[in-house]
Amino acid sequence: MSTPGRTVVVGFGGVCRGDDAAGIEVVRLLRGTLPPQVALVENRGDAAELIESWSGADLAVVVDAVRSGAPPGTVHRCHALAPGAGRHLGSHGLGLRDAVELARALGRLPRRLLIVGIEGADFTLGAAMTPAVRRAAGALADELAERFTRPAPKAEGPAEGRSP
Amino acid sequence: MTHKTVSVGGLSRVEGEGALTLRVRDGRLAGLELRIYEPPRFFEALLRGRAYTEPPDITARICGICPVAYQMSACQAIEAACGVEVTGPLRDLRLLLYYGEWIESHALHVYLLHAPDFLGYESGLALAADRRDLVERGLALKKAGNELVAAIGGRPIHPVNVRVGGFYRVPGRRELAPVAERLRRALDQALATVEWAASLDFPDVEHDYRFLALRHPGEYAILSGSVATGDGVGFPVWEWPEHVTEEQVPHSTALHARLDGVAGYLAGPLARYALNSAQLSPLAREAAAGAGLGPVCRNPFRSIVVRSVEIVHACAEALRIIDELTEPEAPAVPVEPRAATGHGASEAPRGTLYHRYRLGPDGLIAEADIVPPTAQNQARIEADLRAVVEPRLDLPGDELAALCERAIRNHDPCISCSAHFLDLHVDAR
Repeated sequence: MSTPGRTVVVGFGGVCRGDDAAGIEVVRLLRGTLPPQVALVENRGDAAELIESWSGADLAVVVDAVRSGAPPGTVHRCHALAPGAGRHLGSHGLGLRDAVELARALGRLPRRLLIVGIEGADFTLGAAMTPAVRRAAGALADELAERFTRPAPKAEGPAEGRSP
Repeated sequence: MTHKTVSVGGLSRVEGEGALTLRVRDGRLAGLELRIYEPPRFFEALLRGRAYTEPPDITARICGICPVAYQMSACQAIEAACGVEVTGPLRDLRLLLYYGEWIESHALHVYLLHAPDFLGYESGLALAADRRDLVERGLALKKAGNELVAAIGGRPIHPVNVRVGGFYRVPGRRELAPVAERLRRALDQALATVEWAASLDFPDVEHDYRFLALRHPGEYAILSGSVATGDGVGFPVWEWPEHVTEEQVPHSTALHARLDGVAGYLAGPLARYALNSAQLSPLAREAAAGAGLGPVCRNPFRSIVVRSVEIVHACAEALRIIDELTEPEAPAVPVEPRAATGHGASEAPRGTLYHRYRLGPDGLIAEADIVPPTAQNQARIEADLRAVVEPRLDLPGDELAALCERAIRNHDPCISCSAHFLDLHVDAR
């Protein structure tokens, strides 16, 4: 599963709780647009599976819905290799933050880990995605597609920096 | 001081979220409520008007931990309505898929959710920092389960290969060879898990449980069977609505289940083990005996040992099935809809999961009823809590809260199946 030098993009979240599907949506939009060395994974909230997905990867980008009080569709980014980074505010038993900390304890973090949180507004069971969140997912997919298909000498993660 | 108020937020290491409130008045327990904010019957409403082929995929979304259970109970209920029974190699493949889910779910609970309680860690993460060997073993077991589910179900979580009547595609023997290889290693890890779990320290607690589980003439029931209880009541799954009734309680949007009018029975590993332990695979029986489990275990803290024994059983049985598997004639048998009602039940990792569908003549679902195990166990978990809390009301609030969390985690409640948010409040005055 772990090919050295590879990149993995993981959409993390549930698909029937409104904006919780933002990460999954990004991965679905990316299907068919990326070179084969970029793996695409849909993860419905399984932290252990997340660790499997990124073990040995050079770069992992995890996209998840978050709830921080920012306007819906706000995109938060953080490089999650610092302890305590990547706080996850979703509803999963073992969340993204747990996966990061667990992987750290087990020495199974990827070389670079970028967590992108899309601010959600409606996490109600059965709700549709909020238009602003859907737009943000589309824009992020475009950005990642451009980043990973650009004939650059070395793929970097998308624009860096912590959330505002 | 006669009154005090303690509030603890965020009950951790359970699947999903809910709330627990303890009210202590004048040093006595005045109220205890495990509150579950279930999206009221959302899925049952969603299913009305959908095609009879859709429930396996729709209900699988209820839970990320036990989607196979939902798929299997749903398929069997619909097939029962349509007068079809899936047998032979297709049934074996369903068993395989289900064993994969048991391994995934139990490994997660045993190592990451339950083990920290016994070893004095606040979380699976803290445990991983000190006991990497243990957590890696848990993850390796879980991975074996995930791979089995992926091989049969098409992907490890929310399998997409299940349909009414069987599967969309059946994996070939060659695809199962690497899965079997990993399962052989997993079986060793599962045996080591039983040995390790048996060595933990358990509080000396026994409850007088009324157990409920499926019973099958030919196997330790997981996929199907009739309903049995520890006190001799038994009935076929289609009589479920006559025996199990659900009632609203003011503090929860999940319904409380009653068995023949009595609340507080227990479903899940302890119930399965008490009713069916003689049918465990020889290796699992041996492991159970070695772990000091008698024929019945009434100590909920020891459920970690029973889950570990069930992992051994699942690995051993999955290997046996893969070894003996013959190719089915077709990936699925035809299932034609008819106006009828069908009932289906299977043993989700956390206990019996019942589905009922009434189909109209057009093949659309007119009515759906789903009774998840955690909703059935809710009243019994409250009883466990009362028994644990009442003699210890003078403990400091945080210790009391920690004890409550342990008492709840013993039953691995999958609150996401039946609920939404779980916070713990100790209101002691």
